[in-house]
Amino acid sequence: MDLLTLLQLLDSTVRLATPLLLACLAGLFSERAGIFDIGLEGKMLAAAFLSAAIAYTTGNVWLGLLAGIGASLLLSAIHGVASITFRGNQLISGVAINFLAAGLTVVIAQSWFGQGGRTPQLAGAARFNPITLPFADSLREVPVIGPIYYELISGHTILVYVALLIVPLSWWVLYSTRFGLRLRAVGENPAAVDTAGVSVVGLRFAAVMICGVLCGLAGAYLATALQAGFTKDMSAGRGYIALAALIFAKWKPWPCLWATMLFGFLQALALRPDLIERTLGFNVQTQLLDALPYILTVVILAGFVGKAIPPRAGGEPYVKER
Amino acid sequence: MDVMPKWADVILIPMISLLLAAILSALVILAIGENPWSALKIMVEGALGSTYGWGYTLYYATNFIFTGLAVAIAFHAKMFNIGGEGQAVLGGLGVALVCLYIPWPHWSLALIGATAGAALFGAAWAIIPAYLQAKRGSHIVITTIMFNFIAAALLNYLLVGALKPAGSMEPATGKFPPATFLPSFQDMFSTADNTLFRGAPANVTFFVAVAACLVIWALIWRTRLGYEIRAFGHSESAAKYAGISPTKIIVISMTISGALAGMMAINNVMGEAERLVLNAVEGAGFIGIAVALMGRSHPFGVFLAAILFGFLYQGGAELALSTSIPRELIVVIQALVILFTGALDNMVRMPLERFFLARRRAAKPKTKLTPAE
Repeated sequence: MDLLTLLQLLDSTVRLATPLLLACLAGLFSERAGIFDIGLEGKMLAAAFLSAAIAYTTGNVWLGLLAGIGASLLLSAIHGVASITFRGNQLISGVAINFLAAGLTVVIAQSWFGQGGRTPQLAGAARFNPITLPFADSLREVPVIGPIYYELISGHTILVYVALLIVPLSWWVLYSTRFGLRLRAVGENPAAVDTAGVSVVGLRFAAVMICGVLCGLAGAYLATALQAGFTKDMSAGRGYIALAALIFAKWKPWPCLWATMLFGFLQALALRPDLIERTLGFNVQTQLLDALPYILTVVILAGFVGKAIPPRAGGEPYVKER
Repeated sequence: MDVMPKWADVILIPMISLLLAAILSALVILAIGENPWSALKIMVEGALGSTYGWGYTLYYATNFIFTGLAVAIAFHAKMFNIGGEGQAVLGGLGVALVCLYIPWPHWSLALIGATAGAALFGAAWAIIPAYLQAKRGSHIVITTIMFNFIAAALLNYLLVGALKPAGSMEPATGKFPPATFLPSFQDMFSTADNTLFRGAPANVTFFVAVAACLVIWALIWRTRLGYEIRAFGHSESAAKYAGISPTKIIVISMTISGALAGMMAINNVMGEAERLVLNAVEGAGFIGIAVALMGRSHPFGVFLAAILFGFLYQGGAELALSTSIPRELIVVIQALVILFTGALDNMVRMPLERFFLARRRAAKPKTKLTPAE
């Protein structure tokens, strides 16, 4: 495998890992605050649809992005009301949200556009287009560094760079701010936070809403950057892979980046079976590559490769003692 | 003492939740420019207006009884088995292997063999997450989700490889031998001059599903194991103190759950398709969650809820044929049912409890006054 092929492979890794990364960080905020969220998938899907629909009708991708985040926030609010206000089962609420998004997106898409549950193709300003970073063209001929800069680092959409910036941002917020300390505390011991006079409900709602914004970005990326328009069930299990990556990353921001890059790399490999065969000399079933993130997660969860310990108060509604 | 009378808990709350889901669904139908009332009429006509419609309704209901019971028994042990989908996929594999590679003399024997194969494969797919939950503390919801995807990949791998007949392009097994074809309702109930259930896929498996309801009812409320499962579900620490092994209960209840989800395959794979195809389960494993929640985890409730969802599925298909409302509307209704009966249960329950409490308080002073009079 030559450098260029490798760079192309890594390039598509970054492309495919971005929605996973955004969704994974979304889950990170929610779960560190003690709210399990298996509704990442549904929120991404809803955001993907509404961002594509609004971007198509207005011709402005930024309005689309806002609409996508709005759709995701709405579902987050439902999750918050169900699991924080009414102390319902967070897992069941997540399942409901996934189905709600899967159904509503198609029903509304059919009613608005009449194309069998899709939005029309997006083009021009209705999409996020690749950005060529400064000097990428002129540096292209420089050996090794040139192609790496041109192929791998430059030429992504703005959302990719935003996603990568959110990693240090999340790390800073979670570990260096008062808000972050409280957010992590509310996921471990909400009673202590309550005793300190900080609102458990308020913190958890804030976390769920941050999760909504990030899922909105992930969904909008799918429909307006990675692909040009919304198609039925386009999130294709990415919300669950992000969940797997979150466990893989043991609920920490930087490992989230590595885990999603790994899973993105597996997805990129599955798209290039010819490459695997040429490099390894034998054929690896794409189904195995598809299943590998899930298998790895089960192995990690089983504690065979270091133990993954979730936030202690995760999944449990907080009931104040009276 | 309970705040609410039992009938309110068992009947009133699910009915109110269902009503809320129905109202929201009607609003969705209104929003996309159709008439909810005529949509309902089309659904009732299409799903219940003929033996053909009933044949489809009961066929779907059979799937949902199995997956609903699977989720319900896990609920009794306070486990959330979200892996019914994967377990049903594996059950399909079990049925296909039994039907393809064993020469059965008669369908009744084949049915017994296929049921065993489906239950075995489905159970096997549930035992691993159960064991990991019991012994290594890995969260069962996450592992069963992962196992759904692994099952899909495994089936995909087998159907484009080992199980595909030579020369075929389609990712599916060959047709099962005719000796394994199950009698459909048309075969069973039609008379010489009156064909009933013409072409509908409902088959003898429906009665297996009804029997499964009875067996699960007896298991949960009439056996020692069922008592242990319920005790464990109510309080793990109390159950432990009473000498009930958590590992045993988790593994056994999940095994039964997986077996039930797997048994769905005798309906859709053996009874309907008569071969194994990709996506044979079509989300029935997830509908089991809605069915179990709606049916309050009681086998009779599961039966009724499964019929309701069977009606929704067949009605929804008719709706998609004759109006511009796509089939996905049913997914929306399903989501709303899960939301209201599952996650937002307290939203319905809290005001009702307050109502009953207030009524009891109002009633009490009167009874106290009577002796003084």
